[in-house]
Order: sequence, then C-alpha cells, then structure tokens
Amino acid sequence: MMAAVIFLVSLILLLQFFVSYCRSLVAASAREPLSTDVQKVTGISAQANGRDFVKVMQFLHLCPGRLEDRGEVRSVGVYFDLLNLLGGAISKIIPASSSWIEGERGRCAYFAAVALDRRIAFSRELLAAQMEN
Amino acid sequence: MLGPADYFIWFLGTALEVGVVLCSIYRKSFKRYFFLNLYMVLSVAASVGRFLVLRHTSLDSLEYRYFYFFSDALLTIALYFGLISLYSHLFEELGVEKYVRLGAVLLLGGTAWFSYAVVSQSSAKIFTHFAYELSQNLYFVGLILTYLLWAFILKLRETRARLVQIVLSLGIYFSAYAATYAISNLNPSLYSHVSFLMPIIGCALPLAWAHAFIRLSEETRLAPNNLVAVPR
Repeated sequence: MMAAVIFLVSLILLLQFFVSYCRSLVAASAREPLSTDVQKVTGISAQANGRDFVKVMQFLHLCPGRLEDRGEVRSVGVYFDLLNLLGGAISKIIPASSSWIEGERGRCAYFAAVALDRRIAFSRELLAAQMEN
Repeated sequence: MLGPADYFIWFLGTALEVGVVLCSIYRKSFKRYFFLNLYMVLSVAASVGRFLVLRHTSLDSLEYRYFYFFSDALLTIALYFGLISLYSHLFEELGVEKYVRLGAVLLLGGTAWFSYAVVSQSSAKIFTHFAYELSQNLYFVGLILTYLLWAFILKLRETRARLVQIVLSLGIYFSAYAATYAISNLNPSLYSHVSFLMPIIGCALPLAWAHAFIRLSEETRLAPNNLVAVPR
C-alpha cells in the first residue's frame, strides 16, 4: 500500500517537475533574439506559432549539435507532444485552455528556432576550425 | 553480467559527471556550488571503485553488493547535502542558513533513526539492510525537500535560471528514482524490467547540470510568470 502511494506521488511529481523544467528551458530562450538567417529560413521573427515547431525541428535535425543541446531539444520535443495530447483531450471541455496551449506551443517553436540558431553558429565554428587546420 | 550497452551507459554517465565538474570550474562556479560538485566527484570515485571491484568479482558477488549499497548510501547523503546547499542559495539573502543547516542535520538524523528502527525489527543483516533502507528513505525525503524547495522558488518568485534548472532537474531525478524503487517494492518481478532505467536516469542529472553550468550564467534571469504551469 505504502509503495503504491509512493509510486503514485512520485509519478505525479515527476510529471510536474518535467513540465516545469521544460518551461524553464523555453523561458530561458524567450529573450534571445534570432539571427536574420534563421528568421528568413523559418519565417519566425518575434513570436512563433505552434505550427512552426515541426518545420523548425526538421531543420534542427539537419545540423550537428552538442550533447547537452540534444538533451534539451529532446525534452522540449516531449513537452510539445504532451501539449498536443493535452490540447486534443481538454480543449473541447475547457475552451479557454486552448489559447494557453497554443501560446505554449508557440514558445516551444521559438525555443527550437533559438536552438537552430545556436547549431548553425556551432557548425560555422566547426567549419572555420577545419579550414584553419 | 553487464553487456556492452550497460558499460556504455555507465561510462557515459561517469564522463558526464566529470563534465559537470569541468563545466563548473570553467564557469568559475565550483566553489559556489561546492556540494553539488562534491557529489559529482564522489559519484566518479564510486563508479571507478565499482568498476575495480567488478573486475575481480561478479555482479552477484557479496563484495560487489556490499560496495554498491554502501557507496550508494554515501552518495545519497552527499546528494542530500547538495540539496540543502540549494536551500542555502535560495535563502542566502534572508540570513537563515544556520537554521537550514540545523534542520537538515536533524532531518538526516531522523531518517537514519527511522531506517534503523525499520531494519532492526525485521532483518538479521542489519548493517547492509540499513544502508539500503537509508538510501531508499533519503531518496523519498530528497524528493519531498526538492518539491518544497520548488514551492519556495515559486513563492519567492526566484528568477535565477541556473538555480531553477538545477532544482528542477534534481526533482526529476529524485522522483524518477523514487518511482523506480517503489515499483520494485510493489512487484519485485518488475525490477528486471525497470532496472535498465536507473543508469539512464543517472545520466540525465549530470547532463542537465552540465547544461545549466555551461549555457547559463549566474546572472541569467527568467520571468517568474513563465515558470508556473497555469495560464495567468
């Protein structure tokens, strides 16, 4: 009985910590400006739309990235999937939640664009280092 | 018997732990987050120790089990102090660090006493089972303390991005471990199915901390409204 309670409490807390962690990752990138290259490629300038996420992720997978960068992109990807799941399940019951969910999806897309910017800069650094050698 | 994939995850976890210490030294945060770094250094030492013991024995050997559970208990205590140091960071401006330290020692003593009381009634190998019981109970206490810390962060509208991400990744680590321990206790036959998760969870924590040290500076701030998972 006690183990079942601990298991249930742990799972609920795990979900809450995970969502908050992803929100903190997204919030940390919200103030970073996008380069003009990424703005042109993705069509995102100041605010992103949830629909842009998949497109930006496709670009992101084409660029090499650091290990810690891959971890955070994967976490936000899972958070985006959770939002889609939540959107489909509760937006019909609570219509007010759909605008919040869409805002969150947009922030995830902006995060992905910032990550793309970072990866392009990393690729350029790698290329420059190779040219020097 | 460990397979190549197990060794890979093990070495990756150890490399990431070394990475955390190097990242914090590089960003001149080693002293500021001393207890977190100490935990990482001890984790690396435990990994090396376990590997050396395993070279001469097997996974099922008594020597390896003793070494594993005692080193795990020590690591859990080190992580507990790491968590308490995060409380000190949060409350540093309030000047209540002395009370935080006192409370932490009392809580650790209480948990140790409770663990001893549980094993002394039902076990012959008190010392070994005490180490296991203490680890398990400290993981759950750690989870509750991390949740409380998170509640304080929200209440005090803490905006330091690095501190927030370190606390949240610790919360994910503790809750994932507590869930794994609990499911093993619920149904011991499930242990073999969930045991592969433990090293993966073990890799996630140093990865998140390395990211927090290298990507974020101590001055990086978050908007507090962006942390609460409800629309405002």
